[in-house]
Amino acid sequence: MAVMRRVLAPFRETVGFSRWMLLAGIVIVAFFVVLAVGAEWIAPYGYAQKSADGVDFPKLAEPGGDHLLGTDRLFFDVWSRVVWGARTALEVIVLAVAGSMILGLALGLVSGYVGGWFDRILVLVMDALYAFPPLLLAIVFGFLLADKIGAGVVSAALSLTVVYLPQYFRVVRNSTISARESTYVEAARALGAPGRTVITRYLFGNVIHSVPVIGTLNAADALGTLAALGFLGLGIQPTDGADWGFDLSRALDDASSGIWWTGVFSGAAIVLLITGLTLVGEGLNETINPVLRKKRLQKIRREETIR
Amino acid sequence: MPTKPEAARAPRRAEHDETLLSIRDLRVHYALRGSSLARLFGRDVGTVKAVDGIDLEIAKGEVLGLVGESGSGKSTLGRAVLGLAPITGGSIAYEERRIETMSGRALREVRRNLQMVFQDPSAALNPAMDIETAVGHPLRIHRLARGDELRRRVVDALERVGLSPADQFLTKYPGELSGGQKQRAVIARAIILDPVLLIADEPISMLDMSVRSKLLQLMLDLKADLDLTYVYITHDLASAKFFCDRVAIMYLGRVVEIGTTEEIFADPKHPYTQSLVGAIPDLDPDRSTPRDLPRGEIPDAASPPLGCAFHPRCPQAFDKCGWESRDLRVLLESHWTTVPEAEYDAERAIIGDVDALDLPDHVAALPAGRGHSGGDVERVLDTIHAADPDEPFWRGVRQRRVVDAGVGIDFHEGEDPALRPAGGVQVACHLYPPPGDAAGPPPQPKE
Repeated sequence: MAVMRRVLAPFRETVGFSRWMLLAGIVIVAFFVVLAVGAEWIAPYGYAQKSADGVDFPKLAEPGGDHLLGTDRLFFDVWSRVVWGARTALEVIVLAVAGSMILGLALGLVSGYVGGWFDRILVLVMDALYAFPPLLLAIVFGFLLADKIGAGVVSAALSLTVVYLPQYFRVVRNSTISARESTYVEAARALGAPGRTVITRYLFGNVIHSVPVIGTLNAADALGTLAALGFLGLGIQPTDGADWGFDLSRALDDASSGIWWTGVFSGAAIVLLITGLTLVGEGLNETINPVLRKKRLQKIRREETIR
Repeated sequence: MPTKPEAARAPRRAEHDETLLSIRDLRVHYALRGSSLARLFGRDVGTVKAVDGIDLEIAKGEVLGLVGESGSGKSTLGRAVLGLAPITGGSIAYEERRIETMSGRALREVRRNLQMVFQDPSAALNPAMDIETAVGHPLRIHRLARGDELRRRVVDALERVGLSPADQFLTKYPGELSGGQKQRAVIARAIILDPVLLIADEPISMLDMSVRSKLLQLMLDLKADLDLTYVYITHDLASAKFFCDRVAIMYLGRVVEIGTTEEIFADPKHPYTQSLVGAIPDLDPDRSTPRDLPRGEIPDAASPPLGCAFHPRCPQAFDKCGWESRDLRVLLESHWTTVPEAEYDAERAIIGDVDALDLPDHVAALPAGRGHSGGDVERVLDTIHAADPDEPFWRGVRQRRVVDAGVGIDFHEGEDPALRPAGGVQVACHLYPPPGDAAGPPPQPKE
């Protein structure tokens, strides 16, 4: 309970402009969540469907008629691809963020608490990972994983996990190191608590609070990287799921021949979801980051106090 | 803090025969972290001797006070007993079991019997844990109780420390309690395991004046009810006088005087104890006691003074106390803070570089400045001597050698005083020579 309260506190504490940013972000993200969850009912066709009722879809049909947003050069229905793409994107993002969050939290806690050589080696590895440009790293891992487990949601999520893991690790490790020196941790040791208990019961609850913000900020970033992976053909294969980035790369050739609908909608979806996630992250950041935070005093009007 | 009348305290001194904790030559040294370059090359940058050779016996049922300034090592000693500070040498035996060799499971087992109350109650409780969980956690850690039994014992402990009705506090978080209430919760957490020895590290120093005496009274009541033994760490002699059966005065990692509370306060032997006792605030404005406060600050524990560690601050120090080059620098500089600027400029020009004096030695060379001779330096020293002939520093000077380049000063070889019986107490001071020592009384006995 206490942990949940502390995790959710930043959401409750937002005020003014940052609250509006947060709200707008949540609305946008919620829209895509609805698309993703209800893809079966919202999308008229499957993501890799080329025909319905025995009738083949036309190639590169203009928006309107049977196909709300037209079809692309693979005969796929664009609107269905956009809707199914939301599911893919959110699946990958949730998996990647959850993966790097859990892994980063666990490694950061242990590394910060144990210290010594274990800590140094982990910090070195994480710093090395962090030094790579995220896209390059994601490409390398995407490439390796596609070879091993095939290019799908899981492999994309895993390669993004590796990219974002160091951020969580650093933040958690650093706050663990400062919390480790606090009196209540010493008190716990004086009570006879073994290291495992100290980490789970005394450190975890006190280092968790900075994690959700990184999570939301990273989610936006992760979506961009996923789109880039898809664009480069290292994302999800078109037969495994709809990938906005992949569709965008297919639409490149169309753009010069005046066919705008194959690229615009998937591109707009990417931009919109990134905007939504960023708004959520920035809205939270203003309340969590003490440098940006402005605690407002409530103005009390005279009449109210007199009564 | 109201001090109880002497008569009311007397019956508390029961016979304490059974030794509970026995500390032998305990040392806790910390390696200093030098610059990263020095660490890279493994250069030794020195150690801080937080606790440096302490012998203590703690009897069952007594209250032992550890009193000293910040940096005297009193908290480190308390933490070492719980195995929370790294022990460099010596031994701590709890009922014949050696704590310094224990680790992991065995140490955790012993910790059931040794508990600690911390100075800052706000920091000692996990801010993300409610009171019920926090106070009951020791029982869960040691798998002694769970479910209803756990809750019953938590309620019992909370009621015992005066947090009643306990139901009101169970679901509270530390942030919602006052300082006094938090400290009561910390005490509840410490007694819930039914410990034998409680180490209280300045338990009342962070609390409001109004709740201090209540908390000490609570601790005395708990001691009577639960048959506890206390080690009470404090810098506040007034509370030690109220609370303790025996008091050990600590200075720079050593015990300099130890004895029963009555004797220490009635007849303090060590000059340091005398100044501490003299510093206790007196509520009577008409009665002004001379405050012989120790001058200066507690020295750097990384390079303690030669001889007796207290000698640079001691008003009664004499030749044997371990005078050295650094004392000369302090003397010069404190003199310069009192003279007019023109005089300072003149004297500063006569005396050359004084940085070399920072290397502790019983021989000091005070170089003459550019264009000056040893005779000029000698004259400056004479002026300083004449200005304050009672300054203990001069008792430590064996001879002065004036040469062209400056003045060489030889000090008497110092000696580090060991604890020795004096009257009813033990004291580490050259003013009280060990029995059988032919040296006789010091040349400058106290008035």
